[in-house]
Amino acid sequence: MSNLLEVHKVVKKYGDYVALNEVSLNVPKGSIYGLLGPNGAGKTSLIRIINQITMPDSGEVILDGEKLQPKHVQTIGYLPEERGLYSTMKVGEQCLYLAQMKGLSKAEAKKQLDYWFDRLGIQGWWNKKIQELSKGMAQKIQFVVCVLHKPKLLILDEPFSGFDPVNANVIKDEILALKEQGSTIIFSTHRMESVEELCDHISLIHKSNKLIEGKVGDVKRQFRTNSFEVGILTNNVEGLMFDITQKFTVSPANFKSLNDDLKLNIQIGNAAPNELLNILTQRGQVTHFVEKIPSINDIFIQTVTENKI
Amino acid sequence: MNIISLIIKREFIAKVRNKSFVVMTFLSPLLFVAVAFFIGYLSSMKAETKRIAIHDETGLFASDFLKENKKGGEYRYLNLSEISVSALKDSIAKENFSGLLVIPKTDSEKELESKIEFISNNSPSISFIENTQDVIASKITKINLEKAKLDTLAIEKAQAAVNIHLAKASGEESLKGLNEIKIGIGGAFGYLIMMFIIIYGNMVMRSVIEEKTNRIIEIIISSVKPFDLMIGKIVGTSLAGILQFMIWAIIGLGLMFAASAFFGVNVGPTARISPELMQSAQQELSGTAQMYIAELWNLPILSIIIGFVVYFIGGYFLYSSFYAAIGAAVDNQTDSQQFLLPIIMPLILSVYIGFFTVVNDPHGSVAVIFSMIPLTSPIVMLMRIPFGVPWWQIAISVSLLFATFFLVVWFAAKIYRVGILMYGKKPTWKELYKWLKY
Repeated sequence: MSNLLEVHKVVKKYGDYVALNEVSLNVPKGSIYGLLGPNGAGKTSLIRIINQITMPDSGEVILDGEKLQPKHVQTIGYLPEERGLYSTMKVGEQCLYLAQMKGLSKAEAKKQLDYWFDRLGIQGWWNKKIQELSKGMAQKIQFVVCVLHKPKLLILDEPFSGFDPVNANVIKDEILALKEQGSTIIFSTHRMESVEELCDHISLIHKSNKLIEGKVGDVKRQFRTNSFEVGILTNNVEGLMFDITQKFTVSPANFKSLNDDLKLNIQIGNAAPNELLNILTQRGQVTHFVEKIPSINDIFIQTVTENKI
Repeated sequence: MNIISLIIKREFIAKVRNKSFVVMTFLSPLLFVAVAFFIGYLSSMKAETKRIAIHDETGLFASDFLKENKKGGEYRYLNLSEISVSALKDSIAKENFSGLLVIPKTDSEKELESKIEFISNNSPSISFIENTQDVIASKITKINLEKAKLDTLAIEKAQAAVNIHLAKASGEESLKGLNEIKIGIGGAFGYLIMMFIIIYGNMVMRSVIEEKTNRIIEIIISSVKPFDLMIGKIVGTSLAGILQFMIWAIIGLGLMFAASAFFGVNVGPTARISPELMQSAQQELSGTAQMYIAELWNLPILSIIIGFVVYFIGGYFLYSSFYAAIGAAVDNQTDSQQFLLPIIMPLILSVYIGFFTVVNDPHGSVAVIFSMIPLTSPIVMLMRIPFGVPWWQIAISVSLLFATFFLVVWFAAKIYRVGILMYGKKPTWKELYKWLKY
């Protein structure tokens, strides 16, 4: 069983509005899976179905080989986008309570809490009330709460919002550490740079439909444009341009370089990169030759704008 | 089950630790006792005496009014028949008279009946007018009787006072006023339930809204079933309420006794009568009083107490579940106002039914029906129990009550789950109906 979570043709309607239209996903075990999509795409609806907050109208969800059922809430950790804790409860008691709700014994919960509080350097907060903490501090507590019971599946909705760069880094390291320990993480965010950094797999949901899914590398390959950024020092610009425009599509490029070179974007289509390189080396000194790899951000924007219906 | 008890514990502790809860727990009995003593003080205070001038041209009535002075009432009559009416009228304000009673001279007593005037700047109280009319009327009656040559003494003797004794067919003597005592006991318990619901129902609603205002709702709902959460909240909050109520009762009684010992005020009726006291009291009391007490002990005391506990819990839980449903539907308390009236209505209705219908006919069809309907049964049935209710009626009523409770909790849980998706939207009745279908 290589997939921890499988979503099969899930449909969810609110009245006449279709929030999820036969969405299927496969989340491999031990991966960090980026769930992407613009606002209102249906990500939160899907996450709520996985958390059994709402039920799908049709379709099914398989967790670890079993159809999703109430006992599974104890194997899932959920950090909702909507952050909040009982504001008048003390931090320690609150964490104990929430951990026990996830099925931990009191002693086990205490042990885990000590471990996490120590790890994040927040031991002194035990007797503080949530209302005395800053937003970022409360968010740290919330992160601890959702990982205390060592969930097999961790669902993080915008985990970095509200954190300063230092704390965001701390949380990022913890997420990677959890992955090392075998947790599978679903990661929903708008911040593409963190997706690039963390995710192995991504899927893109737009207008209630899944448009893209796969390993990050595969998705990028699917979106490659076969164009190269080229920097070249040459005396004969006209001759060079004449040679390459015959075969390829050329446009001016803009990248940083220490040389006073000619900067070009060259689309080679189905041709081999060496074909272009041969022409270039005959005409001058090549200082820069890089394939343009689409960023997740590019893919996101391109897909969403293309599918504007 | 484990999770429910966890929720109950948290709700109870959260409520009990709340500062306003602690303050109110200890402040309320003080306030209550203070108000009780203030009212007692006010009613025991002698009203200032009001002076009434009498101008009696007949000379027949002044002496009767002066007799009234000896009774030491609120009014003090002064016979000023020598002074002219116009002079007296002018001096009402100056001499600080409350009023001037003018009895003119007439040809016949018949004419006098409608000629008497009372002049005052402030309108007099009804009881004063009635008393004055009584004094004059009885005097005129007496004069009329004498004129007719009738022996007034003999007439007085001839007047009878009848006191009917009630008896049951089984032969034992029954007592008048016992029905009032029975309804009093049932009514007091019913009233207690109503007060408790009104005070603590809101607390359940607030506690259901708590997860939403704290925005922790998604974490909670991804861990527990809304039904468990609702049950936990209702039970936890009621336990806190019962604790507070008990503390109030203990402190209140303690303060009452302490204060009455200190001030020497008699607060007897609030005290419970122990069986030992009963016996010694029985020996002292004679006749009817003894029979009343004996009759009271014949009331189904055990079933009244058990009934009270069961209906108290059932009634409170049922109404709490409605409050919980409202809490589930709204985002904050201000939105809840429109839903509160339909909850209070049946509560008021059942108190009315209790005091008007059950008193007249405890086993009539109206009383029986309303003691079955879950929303009114806690109060109406409790009022009927002292009159003796067949056990099967109680069984039906209690099972209906608890079945409805679970149904409403289920309903509230459903609203709660769907309500999550409706953040910040004010619900309407129509919308609530739509949610049920999801």
